[in-house]
Amino acid sequence: MEYSEELFTIIGCDEAQGEKIGRPQTTYWKDAWRRLRQNKVAIFAMIILILIIFLSLFGSSICGYDHTKMSMDMNQTPSLKHWFGTDKLGRDLFARVFAGGRISLMIGILGALITTVFGSVYGSISAFVGGTVDAVMMRIVEIVSSIPYLIVVIMLSLMLNDSGVGSILLALCIVGWCQTARLVRGQVLQLVNSDYVIAARTLGVSNWKIITRHMIPNTMSVIIVNLTFRIPSYIFSEAFLSFVGLGISSPNTSWGMLASAGKETMLFYPYQMFFPALMIALTMLSFTLFGDGLRDALDPKLRR
Amino acid sequence: MPFFHTVGWKQKSHGFESVFPAEIGKGRKMIKYILRRILYMLLVLFIVTTITFFLMHCIPGDPLTALVQKLPEQTKINYYAKYGLDKPVIEQYLVFLKGIFTEGTLGESIRFPGRQVLDTIQRYAGFSSEIGLVAVLIGFVVGIILGTVSAIKQNRLPDKIISIIAILGISLPVFLLASLFQYLFTVKWPLFPTLGWGTPAHKILPILCMSFSPLATYTRYMRSSVLDVINQDYITMAEAKGMSFSQVVRRHVLRNSILPSLTILGPNIADVFTGSFVIESIFAIPGLGSYYITAVNDRDFPMIIGCAMFYTGIYILSLLLVDILYVIIDPRIRLTGDSN
Repeated sequence: MEYSEELFTIIGCDEAQGEKIGRPQTTYWKDAWRRLRQNKVAIFAMIILILIIFLSLFGSSICGYDHTKMSMDMNQTPSLKHWFGTDKLGRDLFARVFAGGRISLMIGILGALITTVFGSVYGSISAFVGGTVDAVMMRIVEIVSSIPYLIVVIMLSLMLNDSGVGSILLALCIVGWCQTARLVRGQVLQLVNSDYVIAARTLGVSNWKIITRHMIPNTMSVIIVNLTFRIPSYIFSEAFLSFVGLGISSPNTSWGMLASAGKETMLFYPYQMFFPALMIALTMLSFTLFGDGLRDALDPKLRR
Repeated sequence: MPFFHTVGWKQKSHGFESVFPAEIGKGRKMIKYILRRILYMLLVLFIVTTITFFLMHCIPGDPLTALVQKLPEQTKINYYAKYGLDKPVIEQYLVFLKGIFTEGTLGESIRFPGRQVLDTIQRYAGFSSEIGLVAVLIGFVVGIILGTVSAIKQNRLPDKIISIIAILGISLPVFLLASLFQYLFTVKWPLFPTLGWGTPAHKILPILCMSFSPLATYTRYMRSSVLDVINQDYITMAEAKGMSFSQVVRRHVLRNSILPSLTILGPNIADVFTGSFVIESIFAIPGLGSYYITAVNDRDFPMIIGCAMFYTGIYILSLLLVDILYVIIDPRIRLTGDSN
């Protein structure tokens, strides 16, 4: 078949279409999510975390027992009726473990959030303002971080003697923010002197815009990764304190407390220690692995 | 600025020529730095002591509450007067400071009359450090080795095994590990004594438990920093010169990658002292940690203050030691007085 000229028509070039970007745009977060999705370990850890959080929220309604209700079925081994068994007062351990999880997770997440937000604001102000303010603020950090944290926590948790969530949270937060403040200050200092921020300044961009456009997006990844690594350390601190009897106490419950109660009967009913211990270890493990993955996804420079 | 510094020093010292002017200049700077840090330490110690003192007096109850409950009114008053607890807190604080500066004493335990606070700390801290320092040392050395091996064999079987150990060490809280070990090695297979103190066998389990978490931390730090160093040009250079692999690792890789691990050695030593009380309570070791908890529960004011001062002192001292170690290992680090 011959191709003759009249078979073709010139449709012209649309000026507006010429500059159009054919593919969907990727933002920083979409890109990070794409990278995170490829990391199987991190995704697996994330699923476990979501599962633990879900069970902590709805645990007692799933198994149908109240975590404070006592019964005559004391010290029963795990069975279909009581999935994790019962404790020495006949309370269902499944309900108790996840009721404890609610408090442990709450302390972990809230504690990490509060200290990270405070530390970030403190660190950024220090770096952004600079000069004497920076020097004074950093000296304060230095002094606060020279205080051994357990000493303060033990003193405070005894002083605020109400054995609730609030006092232990306060005790953990008072000394916990220094590390984040240092980290964020370092990051912001680096940014303030970076070429594109200097370029923005010379172009006359306002401080506010520099902060919202350059500072916050560029420090966000560091802060978020820091947050994920802080959560397990707070869960650990709470468990640790409750385990030695300085943290949460009855009628509240937490993983540390359950482990501590389980330890007393460990020789006869090892499962009473096993389940809370498993939950602590699993949560800390998942947060660590998820944090590793998140760091690699958010900051490809750090990928190993 | 070593160059300018050296010049300045030479001018000041009236033409005195040294064989190693730069070295001496550095030494002087070092001494100045250390002196400044010691001043700083004293300030921190003072602040912590003050905070502890006032916090302590905010706790409901005092050391005599339990003792004087059933005693007649006048005896009660006499008791309070004897220990100076009837005075306002500020005045008690001044008395306490006076005791430290004029007599160099921290006072006497109220709950156990006759026990000097300093003596008690000396005695019990010994037990704590016997297991704590050994544990950190083992953790540090083994962690450095494991981390290096893991990085050299990156993504191969040894690396994977070591990474699993490291992750476990980070996510298993020490008290769970201790309970597990106690169950396994004293109940299931009775290899070691369960509780107590005295023979070397008593120390093995606590040391094992305590070294596990530092070990994991050092392994992780070491792995990432060795991976960093191994890709540097000077390593390729050293290999190109014909150095053997073990020589490269010992001379170049280790020295350059050990810094991040050193950074956390300081806080780690201090954590061993403060964090040891869980291990101490699980294995019934008569260490200072468990003593501190008892003192806080008893509201034994002089003991609380003494322990808090001791812990803070150890903490700051280990931070300083690490900073000095830093300069010795890595000559590139400048001493600006800014410890970050």
